[in-house]
Amino acid sequence: MLDVQFNLPLNNFTLDVDLQLPAQGVTALFGPSGSGKTSLLRCIAGLEHAPAGRLLFNGECWQDSQRGIFVPTHQRAIGYVFQESSLFDHLSVEGNLRFGYRRISAAERRISFSQAVELLGIAPLLARQPQHLSGGERQRVGIARALLTSPRLLLMDEPLSALDAQRKAEILPYLERLNAELEIPILYVSHAFDEVARLADHMVLLEDGKALASGNINGLLPRLDLPLALGDNASVVIDGVVASYDVDYQLLSLRLPHTEQCIRVAHQPVAIGQQLRLRVQARDVSLSLQQPQHSSILNLLAATIVELAVADNPAHLLVRLDMQGTPLLARITRYSSEQLGLRPGQSVWAQIKSVALLN
Amino acid sequence: MPLSSSDLAAIWLTLQLASITTVLLLLLGTPLAWWLARTRSWLKAPIGAVVALPLVLPPTVIGFYLLVAMGPQGPVGALTQSLGLGTLSFTFTGLVIGSLFYSLPFVVQPIQNAFEAIGTRPLEVAATLRAGRFDRFFHVALPLARPGLVTASVLGFAHTIGEFGVVLMIGGNIPDQTRVVSVQIFNHVEAMEYAQAHWLAAGMLVFSFAILLTLQRRGRVGARAIS
Repeated sequence: MLDVQFNLPLNNFTLDVDLQLPAQGVTALFGPSGSGKTSLLRCIAGLEHAPAGRLLFNGECWQDSQRGIFVPTHQRAIGYVFQESSLFDHLSVEGNLRFGYRRISAAERRISFSQAVELLGIAPLLARQPQHLSGGERQRVGIARALLTSPRLLLMDEPLSALDAQRKAEILPYLERLNAELEIPILYVSHAFDEVARLADHMVLLEDGKALASGNINGLLPRLDLPLALGDNASVVIDGVVASYDVDYQLLSLRLPHTEQCIRVAHQPVAIGQQLRLRVQARDVSLSLQQPQHSSILNLLAATIVELAVADNPAHLLVRLDMQGTPLLARITRYSSEQLGLRPGQSVWAQIKSVALLN
Repeated sequence: MPLSSSDLAAIWLTLQLASITTVLLLLLGTPLAWWLARTRSWLKAPIGAVVALPLVLPPTVIGFYLLVAMGPQGPVGALTQSLGLGTLSFTFTGLVIGSLFYSLPFVVQPIQNAFEAIGTRPLEVAATLRAGRFDRFFHVALPLARPGLVTASVLGFAHTIGEFGVVLMIGGNIPDQTRVVSVQIFNHVEAMEYAQAHWLAAGMLVFSFAILLTLQRRGRVGARAIS
């Protein structure tokens, strides 16, 4: 558990947060540029000294301004990946990797040199100088360098934002492996929703230095009281389990949590039982009072309306649905809603036009 | 042999003076440059200005005040006398002290620029990689500032070699003690020995040109510190 309380006056606002974050999985600090995400991360790293603050990591005190405790950055068991790659130019790739590695005692090492090199696929780069690497390669070296201090908490400050879409796609699988193979909790700062949707388990929504919400990403995204649900990108992520595969039609069936309902998606075969994450955008979901017949739409799911809210565009309504515990968002026109007489508690059929598999 | 033994002695003395001054200035100037590059104290501006003073002051002014300070009535002189060291004016040690002031900006400023060009990011990175304060300074800041340190050494050395006014004021013209090349050239000219003066003067010219050429070839000081 990461217990975070900070009050730090910044240029345009004050960072003022009081959060309990899980010390496992990926926690995304999400918000628009200039919402205080990076400042919060820097406070946790000790790179910024908030005048009022308390920071406990699994019970270990890293800062307590009331008791005058401030553990300097180099004594905190963190790894930090900076936004722009920040490799030391006076050292080779290997020299960069070994910089932190040799500064921790052998007893503390839980990640071996070869393990980190293998995990990020940088073995061919070891002898190179940082100046001669591509942006994506540099960022991978930066991540491996941070891992080699065997951190107990990995802080990542928009590690992909300086990269183009292709490089991003090249690094994301490494980040997923990181999460899957090493049991290091990750705090991930980002303003890119697609990265967060793909990686995060837990999510903190920041705006003007305040935390609007903090919670499990599956539960947070469908909340109609948060700005996330109202924008054009309103969507939910669902962690489904592979139930079957139709070889003939090349369709993968994923069972939704807590239900017997499945979502089918065109995909290559995946081992049964594996968990995969889906993203369903609200604008791809339409509603019907009767079970639609003769439709080309593959995914028809029984759902109950929980609440309705006006979206950022007054012609639209957002409908929050529940499928036996799995939430779903639908964006429909206000006109349709009135025609159908939609109200909370009503049973409807959700038609999902498109589903994106995130990993 | 175009150079007399007193010419050679002057050259040898000059090289000794420049080497000792450069080494001392690197040792003293690097921490000072680090402080100037990092501090947010109000003292930064006045101290930065004091460091830069020798760039604009006539060397005779520096020499004059040093002479007064190191003389029997001056504060430094009083101190050295009470320690049983006598006075430092008209000694080699006095020359070294004078050179330290005279060449200070030529050493401090390139190093300060290099430290400023590095910025705080590499040091923050090092801190997240478990490096403490001194570790960061010696294993990140200094190696990254290397171009600045090289420039500072070369400029400090070359500038000390060209020193004349300060030497004359506080050191005079004592063979093997304070008679450096620039003073020796002056002596030759005074004695109408233009041929002798030419050899030394041309030597200085070639030496200075060679140094500046090397620096130019090395490119800009304080290149990119981080990629």
